[in-house]
Amino acid sequence: MDLELMINSFPKLLSAAAITLKLLSVSLIIGLFIGLFFAILRINKNKLISKLAYGYSYVFRGTPLLVQIFIIYFGLGQIEYLRSTILWVILKEPYWCAIIAFALNTGAYTSEILRSAFQTIKPGIIEAGKSLGISNKVIFFKIQIPIAIRQSLPAYGNEIILMMKGTSLASTVTIMDLTGVAKYIISTTFKPIEVFIVAGGIYLLMTFIIHNLIKFLEKKYSY
Amino acid sequence: MEILAFGDTGWGDELFYATLMTIAVSITAMFIGFLFALIFTPLKLSKNKFLNFIANSYTTIIRGVPELLVIYLFFFGGTGAVMFVASIFGYNEYIEINAFITGAFAIGIISGAYSTEVFRGAIQSIDKGQFEAANVLGLNKFRKFFKIILPQTLRLAIPNLSNVWQITLKDTSLISVTGLVEIMRQSYIAAGSTRDPLFFYSFAAVLYLLLTFVSMKLINRLEVRYSRGY
Repeated sequence: MDLELMINSFPKLLSAAAITLKLLSVSLIIGLFIGLFFAILRINKNKLISKLAYGYSYVFRGTPLLVQIFIIYFGLGQIEYLRSTILWVILKEPYWCAIIAFALNTGAYTSEILRSAFQTIKPGIIEAGKSLGISNKVIFFKIQIPIAIRQSLPAYGNEIILMMKGTSLASTVTIMDLTGVAKYIISTTFKPIEVFIVAGGIYLLMTFIIHNLIKFLEKKYSY
Repeated sequence: MEILAFGDTGWGDELFYATLMTIAVSITAMFIGFLFALIFTPLKLSKNKFLNFIANSYTTIIRGVPELLVIYLFFFGGTGAVMFVASIFGYNEYIEINAFITGAFAIGIISGAYSTEVFRGAIQSIDKGQFEAANVLGLNKFRKFFKIILPQTLRLAIPNLSNVWQITLKDTSLISVTGLVEIMRQSYIAAGSTRDPLFFYSFAAVLYLLLTFVSMKLINRLEVRYSRGY
């Protein structure tokens, strides 16, 4: 055991963990909107629209996240047309490519979680709203969405943790996140176990915090 | 379609063998995962606090740390560990471990943590009366486990195990960082030499979709088979 290396690499890994958290939070926020959008499309009565939303979630859940990042980072740059548009400002940055891939990926899982939450809302609750003369829009935003959020909290908590682990793939497109820095230190010192203990410990700490945060929210919004 | 031709002119045969490699690694990893689950599920269910602690540490650490980090640990640490063990037996030459074995083992340990949780949940949700009934009938431990508990566990576990299989299958794409030529690595090579990453990575995505689709169909059949009588 090389204790000195562990102590020396700790601050480096900790500052890299900040990048991991940044990647995670930005992609979760964008992914939540994407997920909500596609969940609403999924429960649409129009078969074509709901099939389309299903196709999106099927493709993104059925392929590895690594493929998705590579398609966006290496693949999209190949399209000449894209290079001339304003989108290129975003797509030439590995950071944003990773975030787009993560957001689309977590969006697919989130849409499944929210869809099942919407579908488990008892029709009686919606009918009660209607009989009180509340408009459809208000029923959706003030009744359906709050109940769906509460219902989906446990599953969404798992998704946050899975996504946190997923952000490690950003290191494959040159981003120095926690895994990226850990790999760099391992390949320069050839001390994989020590670095794994420190980096893994930081990841476990983040998992622990997220897990308890979700538990706290679950308790707060339980009824 | 010329680019996907079999033989020297296209990448068809290379990608075909890469797909077989992905399947082989996934199945091996899943199997190694089952072996781990076989060891850790009893530890999880044991009344001994210390054994519980060991099993819980395994599943918590593996499920809380990114797969890529675990793979790096095995990729960089595997050779060292094997050489250390070999040096105890007096062998001091350099040993290179096969990328397939390292990869399958790393993914297997990850898959095993998920399988352990699935089996634990399945065994715990079997009605207590089933255990008691088996005792009352005077079945010995062996028959109780294989004739009463295991069939019911499998029925409950298969839907969740199919999720584990999906995770395992997708995780194998990460082994490409170690140089094992599976779908992802082969696409990377092809994309590099043809300068057509968009096509090859999209094709890789299609291959993975195909694998998940076909395996889901097969697992559904298994589910029907094990639900006979319900």
